[in-house]
Amino acid sequence: MAAAEHGTQTTGEYIVHHLQNLQVCRVEGEWVWNHCAGNFWTINVDSMFFSIVLGLLFVGLFWRVARNATSGVPSRFQAAIETIFEFIDSSVKDTFHAKSDVIAPLALTIFVWVFFMNLMDLIPVDWLPLAAQKVGVPYLKVVPTTDVNVTFGMSIAVFLLIIIYTVRAKGVIGFIGELTLHPIAPPTKGLGLLAAPFIIAFNFILESVALLAKPLSLSLRLFGNMFAGELIFILIALLGIWQLPLHFGWAVFHILIVTLQAFIFMMLTVVYLALAVEEH
Amino acid sequence: MDITLTLIGQSIAMLVFVLFCMKYIWPPMMQALEERRTTIADGLAAGERAQADLQKAQAEADTIVAEARGKALEIVDQANKRGTSLVEEARNDGKRERERQVEAAHVEIGQERNRVREELRGQVSAIAIASAEKILTREIDSSAHQDILSKLASEL
Repeated sequence: MAAAEHGTQTTGEYIVHHLQNLQVCRVEGEWVWNHCAGNFWTINVDSMFFSIVLGLLFVGLFWRVARNATSGVPSRFQAAIETIFEFIDSSVKDTFHAKSDVIAPLALTIFVWVFFMNLMDLIPVDWLPLAAQKVGVPYLKVVPTTDVNVTFGMSIAVFLLIIIYTVRAKGVIGFIGELTLHPIAPPTKGLGLLAAPFIIAFNFILESVALLAKPLSLSLRLFGNMFAGELIFILIALLGIWQLPLHFGWAVFHILIVTLQAFIFMMLTVVYLALAVEEH
Repeated sequence: MDITLTLIGQSIAMLVFVLFCMKYIWPPMMQALEERRTTIADGLAAGERAQADLQKAQAEADTIVAEARGKALEIVDQANKRGTSLVEEARNDGKRERERQVEAAHVEIGQERNRVREELRGQVSAIAIASAEKILTREIDSSAHQDILSKLASEL
């Protein structure tokens, strides 16, 4: 699978081809494939496909186990799934002290789903794209989390949850107060009142940056890690026979990254939501 | 690398999956785990209780056995004592009986001896008289020397 095997492709073209999503977009009332640069109304078909398939895999797998869950002696598979449940449950309970029916399932979904999506990274980079090319699909990017849209999509959902939880726990006034009255408390009497608007403006800038940084860092961390990992897999795939040991080494290392990034995304989500609910 | 509609699609997909997980996956699983936890806790508690019961029963059995052993010792002791006393009594009885019999034998022997002596005396005196008669018939008549002869017979 080295560059030489691709004949007509140069190394650069090979890499670019691997990093290109299969896209469909709306141009002047018509659906157009793969000419979508700069068009917001674009669907990355491969990202959506794999992310939804993996999401369904998660849901199906866990649903089957949960539906047949017995409180008696569990089957081996149920025991394995239970381990994940217990792990998520204890992680969430350690961090998020308020009562909520959403946080734990959210954390479970994020962890397993992101883990599955990251795991696609371990499939050799050429297998699925080449197979797709055989059936006439020109581009295929198999790891959804190397698509910034996917990670951003999730972190924006988390962001909305942060805002909802803050408002629910502290009210709209509390939310605004959180944005404006920290970290410098504005003076409430005397000549200091004149300075209050500036302090509030300063606080607001600081706090909104901090607030916006949460989803941004959340998504970019995952995206950056997975994209870099994928890029290195692609570069290794260019090395001819030497790719075998290198690929193995990087893949083993990547098992760690895959799990770790899924865990970090899950854990930070829980932490952010805990911060949203708790008093400072 | 552009931000596109995919982002919204992914957000929607995520919400759907999270909602599904929240409704159909998390609660039954957690319930099963909770139930198992209570079952295990109950089982452990029951085990502990059984252990305590066992210990109590063991202690009870121990005291009962000790008591029984004490009683058995007592009984054996009593039996031993009774045995010795019986033996003692029997021995005393025997001794008394023997003494009584010996006494009786002595008495009988004494009577027998007296009787035999009387008889012998009679016979000896008769013999003496007879022999004296024989001598005297030759020398003197028996009536003249009767007193001497009877004095002689009584001295025998």
